[in-house]
Amino acid sequence: MALRRFDLEAGGESFCFASETESKIAFWLGKYPLDKKRSAVIPLLWLAQKDNAGWLSEPAMRAVADRLEMPYIRVYEVATFYTMFRLQPVGKHHIQLCGTTPCMLRGANDLKAVCRERIGEPFSLTDDGRLSWEEVECLGACVNAPMVQINDYYYEDLSPECFGELLDQLRNGADAPPGTFVERQRSAPIGGLTSLVDPALFDGSRTALSELPNLPGTGEGAAVAEPVRTTLIQSIPNEAPDLFQSAPAEQNDLRKIKGIGPKAMERLQALGVYQFGQIAGWSVANAAWVESALSWPGRVEREDWIAQAKALVAADKET
Amino acid sequence: MLQDKDRIFTNLYGTQSPELEAAKQRGAWHLTRDMLAQGPDWLCDQIKQSGLRGRGGAGFPTGLKWTFMPKQVGERPHYLVVNADESEPGTCKDREIMRHDPHLLIEGCMVASRAMRAHACYVYIPGEYIAEREALEKAVREAYEAKLIGKNNVNGWDFDLYVHHGAGAYICGEETALLESLEGKKGQPRLKPPFPANAGLYGCPTTVNNVESIAVVPTILRRGAEWFAGFGRPNNSGTKLFCISGHVNAPCNVEEEMSITFRDLIDTHCGGIRGGWDNLKAVIPGGSSVPLLPAEQIMDANMDFDTLRDLKSGLGTAAVIVMDKSTDLIQAIARISYFYKHESCGQCTPCREGTGWMWRVLQRMAKGEAEHAEIDMLLEVSYQVEGHTICALGDAAAWPVQGLIRHFRHEIEDRITLYRTPRALVQGTRVAAE
Repeated sequence: MALRRFDLEAGGESFCFASETESKIAFWLGKYPLDKKRSAVIPLLWLAQKDNAGWLSEPAMRAVADRLEMPYIRVYEVATFYTMFRLQPVGKHHIQLCGTTPCMLRGANDLKAVCRERIGEPFSLTDDGRLSWEEVECLGACVNAPMVQINDYYYEDLSPECFGELLDQLRNGADAPPGTFVERQRSAPIGGLTSLVDPALFDGSRTALSELPNLPGTGEGAAVAEPVRTTLIQSIPNEAPDLFQSAPAEQNDLRKIKGIGPKAMERLQALGVYQFGQIAGWSVANAAWVESALSWPGRVEREDWIAQAKALVAADKET
Repeated sequence: MLQDKDRIFTNLYGTQSPELEAAKQRGAWHLTRDMLAQGPDWLCDQIKQSGLRGRGGAGFPTGLKWTFMPKQVGERPHYLVVNADESEPGTCKDREIMRHDPHLLIEGCMVASRAMRAHACYVYIPGEYIAEREALEKAVREAYEAKLIGKNNVNGWDFDLYVHHGAGAYICGEETALLESLEGKKGQPRLKPPFPANAGLYGCPTTVNNVESIAVVPTILRRGAEWFAGFGRPNNSGTKLFCISGHVNAPCNVEEEMSITFRDLIDTHCGGIRGGWDNLKAVIPGGSSVPLLPAEQIMDANMDFDTLRDLKSGLGTAAVIVMDKSTDLIQAIARISYFYKHESCGQCTPCREGTGWMWRVLQRMAKGEAEHAEIDMLLEVSYQVEGHTICALGDAAAWPVQGLIRHFRHEIEDRITLYRTPRALVQGTRVAAE
């Protein structure tokens, strides 16, 4: 867990919300039942952080606690638990750089090097107080990796070069629009759409339906029609082995085959496999059919069922 | 392969406007009143028939979950809470729904609330998603103004929707931690039972659902449960948003049919593996918490709950992280371990201590600075963490490590051997060369 502490002194003596924040506070408080005001603590801490130059000082936490009639310690707890509440001063543009594996695979470590070179160590401020940075955990824009969040918004598909330029721009006081830095439509694949190109999706034809399907009392009653197998898995490839249509008198305990547990045995029996002899007789194509029917890719071969079944059949004959 | 006419999220990429009029044009808010008029039993039954399994990772049947709510509303009101807190590394699908198709979500919330007799719904958005929160708030405002939701609305079921905002804690994606956070506390998971359906938000009956599970509901009802059940293998039905990141030529989000093979998914939408299929090394098929799979096992596997479970991995949130042969797998998993160390809430000792321990050992292993015996010790510790914690974060931290050792143990061993033996030689050659 992330151990976070705050400095009692660093935030000065007092804090008060900006006057235009009052309406936002009322907006958030309106969302929760009257006796559950405490629910608004995270939103209010956000507002306090905004009004306090991007970080939470101890007086700001107390101001929130007073508003919500909470003990101070409960607000301290929340502020130190949630890592987006910053407990020390940050730059005008605070950069949160995602360093988790999906971003790391696409080059987040190079972006970290850019930050180190142009800003310094995490949480250090540039001399002009404009920039600071930290490495954070997954920001949830993994298909647009590597990416950073600067103050509120996302800057995606970065390369070390364009990220360096972006930092220079911010440092020079210019604003930079958020979004992606390569040629693509949000999270669509680079190089053009591979789906959602049919104009019929957008011409209003989807509103042509006049009655819901499967309403009770219509057609054949409340029963839902059989699934319509429209696509991929219409038929199972390969060759079906011999299967019993109903349970035969002679059944083997399939669990003796290493790899088959009670669940697997149940599913095999539902399919019509009851005896070692059946499994022993499978061809490669038969095994592939069973694997795809029960969605067990490669399992028969991996666990060597056929050889095991043959051995069990042989052992049966001996006794 | 899924055709455009069967896609639910028609504005996934934001090519169209997310606003109400455009959303209606795409089919949202159509016949909503008729759905609500049918009542909870019909709604639950339809969703059960459709075979929809929760899209947040665990894959629990959504319709069944709804039926756990009390059949009568007593003194305590019922709540629907939508879990939009997707911070599982690799996952970024709910984000697209919230910023590009918010009306599908709002409509879904209303229908689901009817099915569980709730009049209020909270959507919990992670702290990072500020732009997404603004987009959703805007759509909620539009819906209120058009009297689609709120008191005495045109759809005939009083319904209020509130957007709540978190502050960057992964653990709040766990349903009871989310409820704690929503109540204004630290996000530390609760012991179950009592389950949220009995005592959830403010002690009232509550159901927590993922954004995608909720947003697909109205479209399923409009097109019929059998339509949705027609995709994918039995027991894994429907369409699914996949998030493909890492070493593919064109990482993207895409809605596809369940049970599509990995190869089709990558070739159709992602322009293939970087450097070709021979360059594929391993794939994490369902977000960072599921074990990775080596190339030969995943290449032709069906991407669905049951196939991946049988391969000892999982579909999770369908966040596919692809790694090619240039990847240092030990480093990649060590970074995931760091993630779990950082996000552990600190409540249960095995997880609080174990995640840090596993990260430190993996960090050394990535350099090779370890003993061979430590591999087994690491595995042993991961089993000590797994299943010994209140919530599933302990399991999620243990599985990637177990997956790494299961499939790439030889790589760790080689790294350790390399670090130990040739050191003297390397120094020797340098001296000799100079």
